[in-house]
Amino acid sequence: MTTDTGAVLALDGVTKTFPGVKALDGVRLELHAGEVTALIGENGAGKSTVVKILTGIYQPDGGSITIDGRPVRFPTAQAAADAGVTAIHQETVLFDELSVAENIFLGHAPRARFGLIDRRAMMNRARDILTGIGARIDPATRLKDLSIASRHLVAIARALSIDARVVIMDEPTAALSQTEIEELYTLVDQLKAQGKAILFISHKFDEIFRIADRFTVFRDGQFVGAGRMAEIDEAALVRMMVGRSVDQIFPKRAAKVGDEVLRVQGYCHPTEFDDITFTLRRGEILGFYGLVGAGRTEFMQSLIGITRPSKGVTRIDGTIRTIRSPAQAIEAGIVYVPEDRGKQGAILDMPIFQNVTLPSLGRTSRAGFTRMANEFALAREYTRRLDLRAAALDANVGTLSGGNQQKVVIAKWLAVKPRVIILDEPTKGIDIGSKAAVHEFMSELAAEGLSVIMVSSEIPEILGMSDRVIVMREGRIAAELAGADLTPETLVRYAAGIGRAA
Amino acid sequence: MISRESILSAAIIALLALIATRFAGFVAPGNLAAVFTDTAPLIILALGQMVVILTRCIDLSVAANLALTGMVCAMLNTAMPGLPVALTLALAIGMGAGLGAINGLLVWKLAIPSIVVTLGTMTIFRGSIFLLSGGEWVNAFEMSASFTGFPRTVILGLPVLGWIAIVIIAGLALMLSRSTQGRAFFAVGGNPHAAVYAGIDVGRTQFLAFTLSGALAGLTGYLWVARYAVAYTDIAGGFELDVVAACVIGGISIAGGIGSVGGAVLGALFLGVIKNALPVVGISPFWQMAISGAAIIVAVAANSRAGRSKGRIILKQAEVRQ
Amino acid sequence: MTASPTGRIVPDRLASPTSRALKSWESLLALVAIAIFIANSFASPYFLDPWNLSDATFNFTEKAMIALAMALLIISGEIDLSVASIVALASTAMGLMMQAGFGTPAIVLTGLGTGLICGAFNGLLVTRLGLPSIVVTIGTMSLFRGISYIVLGDTAFTGYPASFGWFGQGYVVWVITVELAIFALLAVIYGIVLHKTNFGRGVYAAGNNPTAAMFSGVRVGRVKFILFLLTGLMSGLASVCLTSRLGSTRPSIGAGMELEVVTVVVLGGVSILGGSGSIPGVVIAALVMGLVTFGLGLLNVPGIVMSIVIGVLLIGVIALPRIWQKARAWKK
Repeated sequence: MTTDTGAVLALDGVTKTFPGVKALDGVRLELHAGEVTALIGENGAGKSTVVKILTGIYQPDGGSITIDGRPVRFPTAQAAADAGVTAIHQETVLFDELSVAENIFLGHAPRARFGLIDRRAMMNRARDILTGIGARIDPATRLKDLSIASRHLVAIARALSIDARVVIMDEPTAALSQTEIEELYTLVDQLKAQGKAILFISHKFDEIFRIADRFTVFRDGQFVGAGRMAEIDEAALVRMMVGRSVDQIFPKRAAKVGDEVLRVQGYCHPTEFDDITFTLRRGEILGFYGLVGAGRTEFMQSLIGITRPSKGVTRIDGTIRTIRSPAQAIEAGIVYVPEDRGKQGAILDMPIFQNVTLPSLGRTSRAGFTRMANEFALAREYTRRLDLRAAALDANVGTLSGGNQQKVVIAKWLAVKPRVIILDEPTKGIDIGSKAAVHEFMSELAAEGLSVIMVSSEIPEILGMSDRVIVMREGRIAAELAGADLTPETLVRYAAGIGRAA
Repeated sequence: MISRESILSAAIIALLALIATRFAGFVAPGNLAAVFTDTAPLIILALGQMVVILTRCIDLSVAANLALTGMVCAMLNTAMPGLPVALTLALAIGMGAGLGAINGLLVWKLAIPSIVVTLGTMTIFRGSIFLLSGGEWVNAFEMSASFTGFPRTVILGLPVLGWIAIVIIAGLALMLSRSTQGRAFFAVGGNPHAAVYAGIDVGRTQFLAFTLSGALAGLTGYLWVARYAVAYTDIAGGFELDVVAACVIGGISIAGGIGSVGGAVLGALFLGVIKNALPVVGISPFWQMAISGAAIIVAVAANSRAGRSKGRIILKQAEVRQ
Repeated sequence: MTASPTGRIVPDRLASPTSRALKSWESLLALVAIAIFIANSFASPYFLDPWNLSDATFNFTEKAMIALAMALLIISGEIDLSVASIVALASTAMGLMMQAGFGTPAIVLTGLGTGLICGAFNGLLVTRLGLPSIVVTIGTMSLFRGISYIVLGDTAFTGYPASFGWFGQGYVVWVITVELAIFALLAVIYGIVLHKTNFGRGVYAAGNNPTAAMFSGVRVGRVKFILFLLTGLMSGLASVCLTSRLGSTRPSIGAGMELEVVTVVVLGGVSILGGSGSIPGVVIAALVMGLVTFGLGLLNVPGIVMSIVIGVLLIGVIALPRIWQKARAWKK
């Protein structure tokens, strides 16, 4: 049993099923006092689900959670906090309209007489915590006036405002600059010294080796292994994580880059990005790398006319094109596959075939009247190419797994027969099988002469797939890299703003 | 940036100044107190509605709740003229809260959109008044003197009705800004997803908002019937729209999470001043409806311009630092 | 392009369209309609008289015309609470034209035109300024009817030309009223527009997921603007029929109609949150409402009590399936 290992918190045999997906399949995980345990796994391995179970957002379908050997249940987020578990979540789950101090203390604010919130004490304690993590933020500021990095610092402060025994950090450094990251490391050391058990989730191996004492690896919702960091090396970890060696994942392809297709010059926006200039050639895969919140998505969305840039010119095949709406972008041959499939990509409550044909209705219909037979034919063609697994083409997209939803979205855009396809985090949150299919497909498209822009935060994906990489940092292009310059080190350096000096 | 409350205050003062040029007596303290008292029911209901709107819901049944509770109070008074006013008040608040809780439960437990729930209960409550009263009126002579006298009793130059509004304004202002539950109303409307992470039960918070709105409507039901000394099926017909209008004019965002007690009160006062001023300055009262409609549209357009986001803040120079 | 070697063919459909239709909300509603019809014929000997039934259609045709357009608007994720006020304003405008001595064609065109203008006003505020439709139309609800009150006060327009009466009092053949014929024609047109055109597909997409629809090139703003225009136009048309039937215009004309229209639409299976619903459902729901109202009328139940029935129907049809679902989940 778990009691004899001396773990503060232990999960055993925990299972969680969602319609169509087994997110966790009998996993175990142990957290020890005064130690950092890294939870390692690819996107879709089940890390976020574990975090949500530990913080009372999801209820497990089976298995046990124990604290100091005693079984516990977290029916609500409050119950988890009361049991001494606190978390810094990956997405910043905060409140735009409330002040920084309120965001930190919502639900557990210091009280004055009659049970009323003691505002002054709240402000002071918020200021103390923020100073403690090296964040220069006024606690009275409204959250919506803060940058993404600052919001992450507020989220960290919120987690620390609860006197917890277990601190979960789900990719806490994803949006932080190098100095902020260093301050976070110091903070982790302090928390360790205080005897807290820390669960640390990160994709950055250097970071894991820098601060973690133990590791646990998940793959496709299953426990793969655990041990001490001192007794393992990076290559072995990667093997456990992906179940095969890294260079096999990315399909080798001959780069046959042709003429210039797209030229973007001087794109600017008041708050989101500044002076974005680049070109894209036929058959090329151009990677866009950067930290979360570097402005890549925002720039891509303005490129297809969702937001309007304050300055900037787009040329396609040398001709200036004005794109003020996605409809015009589609006409110009540029399509965008968004990161957020549920919200921006698929229409979950509509059938698969109607999703696929939505941007191509002009071709499948006659005089504005829909033609079912044409629609089914088009949907059949493209879902087959993408090897879609579904019960029927008139099933709603919402019934499919994440990977298959992604395929529907990609099928939808390919059916348009575009010249430039922008893929925003194309493999985020999908299982390894679908991931490989997406990568293979991307190569195939490029080989057929389509130009691909791939926004990705995963270094192996960027390195394995791109002909050229643009690194963005805080809304600006930090570097354009190709060939020998394209290494994990240079990517991280430019993305985090450490500068050219090696 | 200038706050919405100060813009609205300035608008009301400008309005009063304009009226004063036509009829100076309107701005005499005694008349202003009368205008405030006349607007008190709207203020009380707007405050309840504001809390509901903060949680991303809407309560269209408040006027019907008011009328039903008012009718029950009036009929009870006719049947038992000796019933103490304190008991009537407690009954009105309790019954209103109960009716509000019905809305809240349907929204919480069955997740039915609030607009559907309250459209339905609005007609059900109204119809129930007819069933209860058989379509008859309860007139002044059937009500006891203490029943009708209570809201009109003048203390320090202001009728009790006005004082009740002031107490509710103060109480809600304190509750919304300084209590955990008060902040939860803002959190649930501002970001329901994040509220769950903060350990707040979204449905339960919405239920509480409806119950509060119902309790205030019930209280107003008694006050309304007593003040006008008459109860019938159609009292306060369509008043729910004035209530929503007061909230919208007061800058409460229909998308939830944004609003203030000051805004709701000023929004109600703005409508109250117009309503009371029209006959004084010689404009047909038939203009009132169109004016309040136009005011809603102007207010919601202005709010949306002020609240429109400039985009995510990524560039360092765009961030607000201390 | 090579097909992926593992590419499998996913079947187009699992269930046949007929078996789907049988399990649908619309079939359930149709059963309810038949049951009410039978109950009514037992409850009152006057019910089955063709002329009585013909009279009964007046209970719903005007509202049902508006409900057709409102259904599309709600499916697209918006709502228009000002429809009854548009009826009032259009009727007032027609009254003014009548007083100025214009004939029936000009009066009718004025009614339709006023509806269009009101719809355009709502549509511009919602799609151009990005305002929430529920607030905008609560505002215009007061504004439009308010204008009628300014014009009319406590007076009324009467004395419409005899030929104008055709719309609300005339018959096409036998017991088929002009209103019923107009409604039937419109129901077919709206059914085709929603279910068989690219525009209709855009309506569903916009209501289900406006962001994804916009990303897919659906001009969401334009779709919604057109729907506001249509809702205004239908309100104008309903105003023509109602004014013609009543023969007079008061500023309170059609008051409360918006609730019944929304109730019909929701009863017809249209999700108030947008994204789903059908025209056949709305048509049958209009029929159900008409039959209930007429049946209760024959039993001398007062109108306000009927409104309770409508309120219970509105909440009940949404609540019951959810309660049933909960009970089933709980049993498990």
